[in-house]
Amino acid sequence: MKRYVLYRLLFLLPTLLGALTLVFLLIHLIPGDPVDVMLGETAATADKEALRESLGLNRPLSVQYRTFMFDLAAGDLGRSLYERASVTEIVRARFPATLELALCAMIAAITISFPLAVLAAVRRGSWIDRSALTFSLFGLSMPNFWLGPLLMIIFSIQLGWTPVSGRGGFGHLVLPAFTLGLGMSAILIRILRASLLRAMNEEYVQTARAKGLSEQRVWLKHTLRNALLSVITIMSLQFGSLLTGSLITETIFSWPGIGRLTVQAIQTRDYPLVQGCVLVIAVSYILVNFLTDLAYRLVDPRITYGE
Amino acid sequence: MLLLLGTTALFAPMLAPRDPLSQNLDQDLIAYSREHPLGTDKLGRDLLSRIIYGGRVSLLVGMATVTLSLTIGVAIGSFSGYFGGLVDQMLMRLVDILMAFPGILLAIAFTAVLGPGLDHVIVALCLIGWTGYARLVRGEILSLRERDFIHAARALGGRPKRIILRHLLPNLLPPLLIQATFGLAAAVVAEGSLSFLGLGVEPPTPSWGSMLNDGRQFLLVAPHLTTYPGLALMITVLALNLVGDALQERLNGRNR
Repeated sequence: MKRYVLYRLLFLLPTLLGALTLVFLLIHLIPGDPVDVMLGETAATADKEALRESLGLNRPLSVQYRTFMFDLAAGDLGRSLYERASVTEIVRARFPATLELALCAMIAAITISFPLAVLAAVRRGSWIDRSALTFSLFGLSMPNFWLGPLLMIIFSIQLGWTPVSGRGGFGHLVLPAFTLGLGMSAILIRILRASLLRAMNEEYVQTARAKGLSEQRVWLKHTLRNALLSVITIMSLQFGSLLTGSLITETIFSWPGIGRLTVQAIQTRDYPLVQGCVLVIAVSYILVNFLTDLAYRLVDPRITYGE
Repeated sequence: MLLLLGTTALFAPMLAPRDPLSQNLDQDLIAYSREHPLGTDKLGRDLLSRIIYGGRVSLLVGMATVTLSLTIGVAIGSFSGYFGGLVDQMLMRLVDILMAFPGILLAIAFTAVLGPGLDHVIVALCLIGWTGYARLVRGEILSLRERDFIHAARALGGRPKRIILRHLLPNLLPPLLIQATFGLAAAVVAEGSLSFLGLGVEPPTPSWGSMLNDGRQFLLVAPHLTTYPGLALMITVLALNLVGDALQERLNGRNR
């Protein structure tokens, strides 16, 4: 296991370094003078020079890159132009809200998809199977920037069952979590159903049946357990989609997370804050994928390097 | 369904009942009238016409993104898979770095710095879009290049370019077609997402995403501004996903 972890770390570090480099280059892609774009062309020259100095834009690119990496190592993501505060502190304050929403969305997705996928696989070809696949297809086709407002119209405005926006108790979480989790549940239904059907044809399942085990035991103890492996991978990949999807969902429901923060930073042209938010989201995604690789190895010890 | 959508987008100027940019502030936020069957928006513009023209933008961005991504991805994937070596390793590390960013986060970041606009959206979506095709093509070529028919082509003096174009790529058409169909659906949704965030096409050009964003502030009084553009988008993506599923079944021979 130690050698597997080291092997995965070897792959992780260059990917992490590349992603950080790409984020560093973002500000340099701004057409024209980035300082003019951020402050406006009519801003005072002294203010522009001060910003240029604070962002290090008056130094050679290699020096800027080195400073960026050293600051990053020290946990310094720069200063927000609009909020006039440390980007690290702002992001740290908002991240728990996004994590809360992403985890609830994942729970919602699992709660919806697992029973449907199992039923669809057990009753393959029946109306349950067709309904589950239709639900999955609609879930995949429904963008969250439409689903969110639609749910808001029905449940918050017409029926008054849930609050319209903001963060609070369970009532505030329901609609945003469902909006964010529906796409993931649609994918999980398909993947888990296909995995279960594949596992059903394996020899160990035939053996379990031949031994006289009940269908319930065959499904729950043998089939489902082995089918979960591919689902773990998909859930990890989908976590990244949850983080990206949070940009839109948090904006719709005014959920005070890092997604909404990113959108606000874009609208106010607060590029140091945009850079910080993109960096945190990307690094979180990379680390989740890394942890998934390790979890994969724990679930299936047959996996070695190169698998 | 897809043919109908494509035809509507292509013949938008003939099918749209009104100019999508024409304003009439006396008739703003109407839910329905004989003149405006799907209602009007905050500036009195006909919603049906804007939805028809919005479909044009979405499909245009989608097709352009898929075409460019496919071209770049196939070129890089073919080169990487056929020749291997250091260049292959470097290209695949670049793919890993780009794919390390979740979903359209990188596209959002790029359009945020480049500014809104149709061309910026296409460039930003292509930036991440080509990686999937490159990986697919590289993987398939790695397995195909050691086959007997490729060895025979080499033995007959075939040059790498000819072998890739005449022998390898034709075998990749089925998986590429499937991926391109799903890619088109993803690109339509991505364009909608970017426009929803104000990073897509610039107003007053109609786009389903920007129409949904504009409609958010009128959810109480004019829910039709959100309902109809969203429905159009969903139907388009559904149609593309259905076609992709059908192609997958037909070309891969898998049972659903």
